[in-house]
Amino acid sequence: MIKVKDINFYYGDFQALKNISIKIKPNTVTAFIGPSGCGKSTFLRLFNRMNDLIPDTRLEGECLIDGKNIYSNSVDVDKLRKNVGMVFQKPNPFPKSIFENVAYGLRVNGTKDKKKIAQRVEESLVSAALWDEVKDKLNKSAFELSGGQQQRLCIARALAVNPSVLLMDEPASALDPISTSKIEELIHQLKENYTIVIVTHNMQQAARVSDKTGFFMLGELIEYSETKKMFLNPEKETTQNYITGRFG
Amino acid sequence: MNQKFKQKAAFFLFRLFSFFIVGILISILGFIVINGISVISWEFLTESPTDGMTSGGIFPAIVGTFYLVIGSLIFAVPLGVMSAIYTTEYAGNGFIVRFIRMMTNNLASVPSIVFGLFGMALFVNKLEFGDSILAGSLTLGLLTLPLIIRTSEEALKAVPDSYRSGSLALGASKLQTIRKVVLPTALPNILTGVILSIGRVSGETAPILFTVAAYFLPNLPQSIFDQAMALPYHLYVLATSGTDLEASRPMAYGTALVLITIVLIFNLMATFMRQRLNKKFKQN
Amino acid sequence: MAQKNLLGKITEKLTESLLTLSGALTTIAILFITIFLFKEGFGLFKSPAIEDGYGLYVHPENPVNQLHPLDVKNMYDEEIINWNELGGANQEIMVFRIDDVFDYYTDEDLGENYSLLPEKLGYIISDHKNIIAYVPEEFAPSVTQGAKKVKVHNTTLSDFFLGKEWLPTATPSPLFGALPLILGTLLVSLIAIVLALPLGLGVAVYLSELADERMRKFLKPVIELLAGIPSVVYGFFGLVVVAPLVQKAFNLPVGETAFTGGLILAIMALPTIISVAEDAIRNTPTAMREASLALGATQWQTIYKVVIPYAGSGISAAAVLGIGRAVGETMAVLMITGNAAVIPSTIFEPVRTIPATIAAELGEAPSGGQHFQSLFLLGCILFLISMIISIVSEMISKKKTYKSL
Repeated sequence: MIKVKDINFYYGDFQALKNISIKIKPNTVTAFIGPSGCGKSTFLRLFNRMNDLIPDTRLEGECLIDGKNIYSNSVDVDKLRKNVGMVFQKPNPFPKSIFENVAYGLRVNGTKDKKKIAQRVEESLVSAALWDEVKDKLNKSAFELSGGQQQRLCIARALAVNPSVLLMDEPASALDPISTSKIEELIHQLKENYTIVIVTHNMQQAARVSDKTGFFMLGELIEYSETKKMFLNPEKETTQNYITGRFG
Repeated sequence: MNQKFKQKAAFFLFRLFSFFIVGILISILGFIVINGISVISWEFLTESPTDGMTSGGIFPAIVGTFYLVIGSLIFAVPLGVMSAIYTTEYAGNGFIVRFIRMMTNNLASVPSIVFGLFGMALFVNKLEFGDSILAGSLTLGLLTLPLIIRTSEEALKAVPDSYRSGSLALGASKLQTIRKVVLPTALPNILTGVILSIGRVSGETAPILFTVAAYFLPNLPQSIFDQAMALPYHLYVLATSGTDLEASRPMAYGTALVLITIVLIFNLMATFMRQRLNKKFKQN
Repeated sequence: MAQKNLLGKITEKLTESLLTLSGALTTIAILFITIFLFKEGFGLFKSPAIEDGYGLYVHPENPVNQLHPLDVKNMYDEEIINWNELGGANQEIMVFRIDDVFDYYTDEDLGENYSLLPEKLGYIISDHKNIIAYVPEEFAPSVTQGAKKVKVHNTTLSDFFLGKEWLPTATPSPLFGALPLILGTLLVSLIAIVLALPLGLGVAVYLSELADERMRKFLKPVIELLAGIPSVVYGFFGLVVVAPLVQKAFNLPVGETAFTGGLILAIMALPTIISVAEDAIRNTPTAMREASLALGATQWQTIYKVVIPYAGSGISAAAVLGIGRAVGETMAVLMITGNAAVIPSTIFEPVRTIPATIAAELGEAPSGGQHFQSLFLLGCILFLISMIISIVSEMISKKKTYKSL
């Protein structure tokens, strides 16, 4: 369960997020939509504290995952990032073999048992619907895969460390339509075991994939409701205008 | 926990390394400044050495270095800039240009003593210039040629193509465009490269060992066919040979200080210019 | 107007040809350097390894007709004392130099302008079946006067590269065994790289990953200053400060050793290694770093598991260039590694490197003589090494661009 209360976020003097509060239930898919620069990616990156990497930023408000404030000083950021995985917009596999890419998270967190690693790698690749395509060439370079396959590899890589939450920042925007639909199918399957939060600029994708949708604009969360309701009968006029394509 | 500890240890080590490097620089500079500053005086800079190099000054060496630097620039700058103009403005991107660039890189990695050997074989012996400022300047010019070419190429590449298109569109020929638009724009950066090379050439010893350098000359060089004294060679000789090493030591420190000051001034000038020019370009 | 245009066009064409020619400048330079070095250097193999203008003569009955320069040296050093060690009769070798003639004859006996010298030498040689005489050619006795000339072999390629003794000024036969110099160069460079590579990498990582803007603005000029210090100043510093320290610290007879040289060379190679490695590390895409961090890796894990492997080719290039700098360094090494052209048994002994040898001996070597040629041959080796290093580092950098696709 992710619970966010009165979040304000600043890049230097610029306020990127204004007074956001949201609750996300476990084992659901939540989509954030909105025009470019509205803050949805920034908001996503709050959950695994990737914004910490940017200098001169400031956060006000609470962000709780399973009841714990992830911004408190006692939190081990590395542990947090194991529990909250992330898939990026452009596939970014390491210059290593397919096997080693997926095994990376395990090795880095101290797993040494070869059998355990091999088993976990296989499980993750199966979960990411990539196993059948790569099981005979696990030692080949990850760069030999197609774009869509690389992205699924990155998903497998994130799943290998057993997160409870999976953050996806426009995961299919760099991919062709066929790979995109494969990824969307994957998200459906993953929902059973993970809480998924996905940022997308593709409204149709949000409509296809998510249970709940949040609409962001200029740093504010304009509307957050069941996806069906958001797209068929939005409450706010701005939401209506965005969805029907009047802007953005 | 283990990982955090490893990280702390590694980062501490690297920080240590960096301070170590600063420490090295400070010791070298400190060593020379502290020991040499007391030797520096107006007489030191304007008189000739006396008493078997144990007193007097280093004026001839300063003059000799000056002549050699100017001489090397006379050869390297026009030729180097022209070469850079050829490769950036005329030659396109095919095999020839890549070959030339590779040759320039190769020349840049030739050790300085090999230049000295070659300079002696060609300029001193074959062309019979003898040990002379001419031979020394040619050798040093060859040494610094790759540096001038590289920096000039960068300077020319940094000139926006829109300038060239604009000039050609007005009916100017390619050569006119280069002369009137590209070169003047690239000039400050080219100058930076020249200043950098001055710093480099002033400190070179190996190329001048057998092409021009003399231990002691009673008079200043009168023509380009004369030998000359030079600061780096002077330091070398004071430190390793000569009649009385202990007594010459102060002179050695003084020479080292003057040499370092010259080299560092020019290097800093070049760095300074580069930073200011980069700011200007960014503003544009 | 038309004339002006024509003149203008001609000037343009001329200028453009001039520009094209100057483009070929560096290529021409490399070509000339290669030609001069190799022509002069390989001349060493073309003449007998005996001092110019001198010859070796023995009794006509002596079965030995040719000698290897190493044998000549050993004979005159009295390390070979019997002719049977060289395939001759069982007789003790009698070594004779031209000055020894005054043991047999007075100045008057030799006639005006030494005109009778060849004849007298002939007598001496015929009287002694076990003699070997080292005499100037212009006074050498002929066969009719009772002497036989011994052919001295030329220095061969293997003599040069594998010979363990570098005695270019030895008489009668100079020895040009460059092995001590080659090993000396390799040893000092190896020490330098072993010291400089970890240090340089550490500083490069610090600069690109850990240091804040203020530190970078401070450190970068420091490194540039270190790079700008002339070699002779490093040598001076090494001579006056470092060598005595090394001597005290390791309890050595002298501080001028291979280790000291390696130490100073390491400092000189550092700026190159640091700047090339730092560039390579900074060019690692942020996406890759983020991917690693997002999986819960620490920054240090990210650096050594992802960033450094990715920057691997750039770091290798840095190492290669650092080695190149160390190998070609002359003045600093000349001043602080001592002056012993022998193969050291430990790193705490004086050695001689190839550049230092050239610098130290070229002034004394008569132009065109064998010593002169041998130094050019050393120059060839150095030139080849630097070419190889330049090409290898280029290839390494190019490899990277393909890998990341």
